[in-house]
Amino acid sequence: MNFDWYPLINSLRIAAISCVLVFFTGIFFAYYAARLPRTVKGVLDVILTLPMVLPPTVCGYFLLLVFGVKRPLGIFLMQFGVKFVMTWYGGVLAAAVVAFPLMYRTARGAFESFDKTLAYSGQTLGLSNTYIFWRIRMPACRQGIMAGTVLAFARALGEYGATSMLIGYTPGKTATISTTVYQLWRTDDEKGAMFWVLINLAISTVVLLSVNMLEARQKKAVRA
Amino acid sequence: MSLHVDVRKRLDSFTLDVSFTAGKGITSLLGASGCGKSMTLKFIAGIEKPDEGRIELDGRVLFDSAAGINLPPQKRRVGYLFQNYALFPNMTVRQNILCGLNREKDRAVKETRLREMLRMMQLEGLEERKPAQLSGGQQQRTALARILVNDPQILLLDEPFSALDAHLRDSLKVEMRDLLERFGREVLMVTHDRNEAYNMSREIAVMDKGRLLTSKPTKELFADPGSIPAAVLTGCKNITAARRVDAHTVEVPEWGVRLETKQRVEERLCAVGIRAHYFNPAAQQNRFPVRFVEEMEEPFETIIQFRYAAQRGDSPAIWWRLAKDKKPPQFPGELGIAAANILLLYE
Repeated sequence: MNFDWYPLINSLRIAAISCVLVFFTGIFFAYYAARLPRTVKGVLDVILTLPMVLPPTVCGYFLLLVFGVKRPLGIFLMQFGVKFVMTWYGGVLAAAVVAFPLMYRTARGAFESFDKTLAYSGQTLGLSNTYIFWRIRMPACRQGIMAGTVLAFARALGEYGATSMLIGYTPGKTATISTTVYQLWRTDDEKGAMFWVLINLAISTVVLLSVNMLEARQKKAVRA
Repeated sequence: MSLHVDVRKRLDSFTLDVSFTAGKGITSLLGASGCGKSMTLKFIAGIEKPDEGRIELDGRVLFDSAAGINLPPQKRRVGYLFQNYALFPNMTVRQNILCGLNREKDRAVKETRLREMLRMMQLEGLEERKPAQLSGGQQQRTALARILVNDPQILLLDEPFSALDAHLRDSLKVEMRDLLERFGREVLMVTHDRNEAYNMSREIAVMDKGRLLTSKPTKELFADPGSIPAAVLTGCKNITAARRVDAHTVEVPEWGVRLETKQRVEERLCAVGIRAHYFNPAAQQNRFPVRFVEEMEEPFETIIQFRYAAQRGDSPAIWWRLAKDKKPPQFPGELGIAAANILLLYE
């Protein structure tokens, strides 16, 4: 049997890579946005959250406006052999843009509820700000950050609108699970569509179950 | 060995403007909540930045707006005990205290000093607990251990007993006072509780709406608070407007009496205060006819409210507080106050 597993591999790598990107950029912006003056913060917040409320196809449209092969930035990047249109790593870009607000907003909420006196007492004890960030702030905000990461991963895995705008559907090249489901259903391959739906369900279930298990183990550790 | 603070910062509702010097031993900043006393501690620790001024500790400049000096908290060597103790919740007692030893690089030395501190603070056996598994007193000792092991030049305590149950407070106050005496450096404590300030400190600075009113040795402050806010903060219940008549007489219009004072009265007098404990049916000085209004019992004391015979109708009743076993069987017709017990209050 020569079944084409490409959509699975492609979806997983797009979701994983974009999730890692979004993890760091989301935390970075969440951390620094909290320290900006109120007006700047308000404007930045709107811009950073927009992809969450815009239809994904609109996000895809904007991405094409910026990275399209006939646009200045697209042409510029082409000189280095980088092309986000119709490539699998364009899918990473699309998924990251759409998933970013989920990470950013949950991380920001976690940082905002962080007890500042913990950071202050660390500083007066002579601990470096880097140490305080990674060893005190991050562990204290772990739940929020984990929740954000899972949401971002799930969103990236299920991304359809922006992905189909930017990278389309080419079997063996840019196909992802969600674009494959649509393509198979459109071409009356009910069985094939159902197969990929089940695969998607399985991945989502595994992700959610492992998150719940992690949380339960953490609570146990705290209680012990 | 001393701390000099002289700083200003504009805040929403007032301008914080404090200037004081604190020497060895415990100094309290006494003030109502929101008067800027915690903010003052944060200035010293480098957590908040004043608009202008200067902070100097044992000859080291921590902050000087004119010279552009503002040391980060990490370089100030200031120990700060937060109201909620600020223990790192993800770390054990041992890890928390080791955070205080971050400057020490030698592992053997680290371990020795950790052991010493655990023994001194009676935390042995609790090393592997998380803060959430400790009692309030243990949390306080862990937080202090973490600070003391870090060898700070000064200790700042922000309402150190407010997070504890009332029945624990007194015994911990005694413990903490002994410990701080052994620490042997400057200690600055912020509190709104006059008893705490009285129990713990050698000197008290009174703060009101961002200003420092007076700074005096503890007993002197309670004997002569000097201003209305200081009188209120030291627990004086009866405060009313007054005018100077001569060097040892004041007129109290609301109460319809003239009081003889032991202290010399100055022209700028604006009010007098009389502590509720100081009325006495046997005192011959400042003796006037009184009328009973109301009585309230406490476990060991009685609070009686009364009015002077000539008191103005809009003037609130006066508080008299006395031990139950000292209470006369009948309400006396006259009450006196020793001339030495009249507090003279100025602007």
